[in-house]
Amino acid sequence: MARANTLRVDLKAPKPVGEKLIGWVLGVCAAVSVVTTAGIVAVLLYETVGFFKHVSLGQFLGDTEWTPLFANKHWGIWPLVTGTVLTSAIAIAVALPLGLLGAVYLSELAEGRTRKILKPLLEVLAGVPTVVYGYFALTFVTPILQKFIPGLASSNALSAGIVMGIMILPVIASLSEDAIYAVPGSLRENAYALGAGKLRTIFRVVLPTAFSGIGAAVILGISRAVGETMIVAIAAGQQPRFSGDPTKPIETMTAYIVQVSMGDTPTGTIEYQTIFAVGFSLFVMTLALNIAAQRLRKRVLKGAA
Amino acid sequence: MVDLTSPPPRKRATTGLHATSSGQSAERAFRAICLLALALPLALLAVLLIDVLRDAAPRLSWSFLTSFPSRRAELAGIKAALVGTTYLMVLTAAIAIPVGLGAAIYLEEYARPGRVTQLIELNISNLAGVPSIIYGLLGLEVFVRIMHMGRSLLAGACTLALLLLPMIVTASREALRTVPRALREASYALGAGHWSTIRRVVLPMSLPGVLTGVILSLARAIGETAPLITIGALTYVAFLPRGIGDAFTAMPIQIFNWVSRPQAAFKVNAAAGIVVLLAMMLILNGVAIWLRARLQRRITW
Amino acid sequence: MAASPSPAPNNVVTAPPRPEVRREAEPKSEQGLPPKLRAENLRAYFGKSEALRGVSLAIAERGVTAIIGPSGCGKSTFVRCLNRMHEVVPGARVSGSVYFDGQDIYERGIDPVRLRRRVGMVFQKPNPFPTMSIRENVLAGLRLNGMKVSHEDELVERALRQGALWDEVKDSLDRSGVSLSGGQQQRLCIARSLALEPEVLLMDEPCSALDPTATAKVEELIHELRETYTIVIVTHNMQQAARVADYTAFFYVGELVEFDETNVLFTKPSDPRTEDYITGRFG
Repeated sequence: MARANTLRVDLKAPKPVGEKLIGWVLGVCAAVSVVTTAGIVAVLLYETVGFFKHVSLGQFLGDTEWTPLFANKHWGIWPLVTGTVLTSAIAIAVALPLGLLGAVYLSELAEGRTRKILKPLLEVLAGVPTVVYGYFALTFVTPILQKFIPGLASSNALSAGIVMGIMILPVIASLSEDAIYAVPGSLRENAYALGAGKLRTIFRVVLPTAFSGIGAAVILGISRAVGETMIVAIAAGQQPRFSGDPTKPIETMTAYIVQVSMGDTPTGTIEYQTIFAVGFSLFVMTLALNIAAQRLRKRVLKGAA
Repeated sequence: MVDLTSPPPRKRATTGLHATSSGQSAERAFRAICLLALALPLALLAVLLIDVLRDAAPRLSWSFLTSFPSRRAELAGIKAALVGTTYLMVLTAAIAIPVGLGAAIYLEEYARPGRVTQLIELNISNLAGVPSIIYGLLGLEVFVRIMHMGRSLLAGACTLALLLLPMIVTASREALRTVPRALREASYALGAGHWSTIRRVVLPMSLPGVLTGVILSLARAIGETAPLITIGALTYVAFLPRGIGDAFTAMPIQIFNWVSRPQAAFKVNAAAGIVVLLAMMLILNGVAIWLRARLQRRITW
Repeated sequence: MAASPSPAPNNVVTAPPRPEVRREAEPKSEQGLPPKLRAENLRAYFGKSEALRGVSLAIAERGVTAIIGPSGCGKSTFVRCLNRMHEVVPGARVSGSVYFDGQDIYERGIDPVRLRRRVGMVFQKPNPFPTMSIRENVLAGLRLNGMKVSHEDELVERALRQGALWDEVKDSLDRSGVSLSGGQQQRLCIARSLALEPEVLLMDEPCSALDPTATAKVEELIHELRETYTIVIVTHNMQQAARVADYTAFFYVGELVEFDETNVLFTKPSDPRTEDYITGRFG
């Protein structure tokens, strides 16, 4: 069989330019993430610095009233922070027990079939758009709660907090379940061999071992609650209030940003800068929470190794 | 007189091996509590859906889908928002897919383990945890103001694309990893270059995973409100956007606008809007599942 | 013990000691051509561990050379150095030279991608591309290289005929590449490599994943191809080497122990380690 010899190829050749170019283009795509982070920090810092040219740090951190849009202006961040903390605390109070118990059930007590059905259903909870949850909190939860709590305002922190709790429940449940699952089987078997029952093993052995992982799950849940916008914008109110009363309207940091954005705020004005100052505070809070959660998770990984 | 000849009566053997009824019932009670803990939120979800459907019933009609918003609740429709959302999703996908897939290919196929790669990965995982409204602030300053895009579809799409980027990169990386090493080696052995191998062997095989990840991210993006409000998407729009530089509105924004109005009639509209929104999400998720099943069949080896 | 005159393998034979161990044989091909491939002091590393320790070996043009040895002896690594596939693995390194038609392929400026178009490779597990049809698989090598092909149908037929697969698939070229049986898939991979018209075909245990019938077909194919191509085949099956190869090299723990014409190596091996391996004292 004669060889066709049509494809004689020389060995020495420069590397095609195309290959190098592609590598660079792809690298730029990957760098977008770094640029985004840098952009976020730069933008927030820039406008916050502008804000602090007009407002002193003392006013920001010392005043307990926040009225930058009124004639009589106060610049204390605390009402917004308390609004955020209050709603998030209520959310965690709902999501932590339910989520943790759910996680224990899914990883320790459920059979395969139940698990296969329940896990995806829980994920559905996380997939519902937050406007829908906000609608639910305003039109369904609040009226029902008003029957039991006479003084409940139509916008209040409680309804929003409860519904937010349902929204973050899958986060806590799923991450706690991972943490519990990571507890080595040998530990459980040791406990059984020592005569401990299932419940005692769960509470005395498994949960304490999974503590760091569960802690990380809770912190991430808090982080999500802190950053949540629509549920609180719809159901919690737009009245910044430095109080811990969940039955009254409040305003969270996120809802304030929405409030200002809905209006017409020209660039460069102090009102425009306030949303970035608040945004910066929000960013710092969630960043701190996320880093804390990551550290806890690293500890879990090291422990399991 | 004490009977000393017969052995003393035996007590019932209590070896302690029998399961205590208290232990078992405690476990059963705990199991019930846990199930309740799971059932409660799921039940609430069901209640939510039923409630929304019930509220929306009077307003759900073809005219709802084809009318513009109006000051009269009975006439207000969701057409502008529906179209706006559709355009927005298409534009967002057009931006996010190349960048996200490109980043994933770079990280999986080109990057060497080192400080730079670690930095990129750290950034991606951090960005996943940033609240969506912060992306809105970024978009407002950079896209709307600095880059002069105005409160346009383009600005909205760029902002949403950045928001979806971590999700798309992670899903695409997973998909790329499923391609076995042996196939890459076969391609190299045929004298193919790096990019050629990626383009003709790796990408076609990882397509189902990538597409699924993209569609699921879009299903999430469809419900995002906060970043769009922040960059200035309008809440009362009586026209359809004609170009990427036009102002726009989106479904969640319209819903938010209606919910915020005191009149009860608008709450009905909000409910109807929610039903349409959820229907769109269901369709997207369904498409993702169907697409994955179909493409996966081609690939099994 | 007197030397047995019969050449049957598996007999315990002690040949009279040879004056020098033929480590660097310069085999002459049947047409008297110089060696196609020549390794000189080739060393290969996976990170810090050395998989090949200074191998020097010449492969004749046209004809079949078999590489045998126990697992982990470096035979796959050696062959993968011949088309610069070894360095694809992260952390892998090579030192020494391999001369292909007199040109050192490890010299600076040599493009491994181009080398692989002239030195093809077939792997142990058949790996047709699952997203492509049979036809597209055959053309894959050309498409992956960005080469324009003028007479696609002719090329596909020629490659499949060379791969002894044409008659079986000529009516179903558009079926998926993975819909074939194991043996057919392997022949498809061979056809795919042959479509690029390489000069050398490296085969890394091509029949290990195949049943005996498929193996026989592939061995028959090798027998046809040896007229036109230089073939290097790695095999852990000594009988296969005896059946198909003109020359055989025995590797042990990263070193080339012995290299000779096949029937000589199997009947009168000069190194005791070769003899032990052939007689099954270790596997």
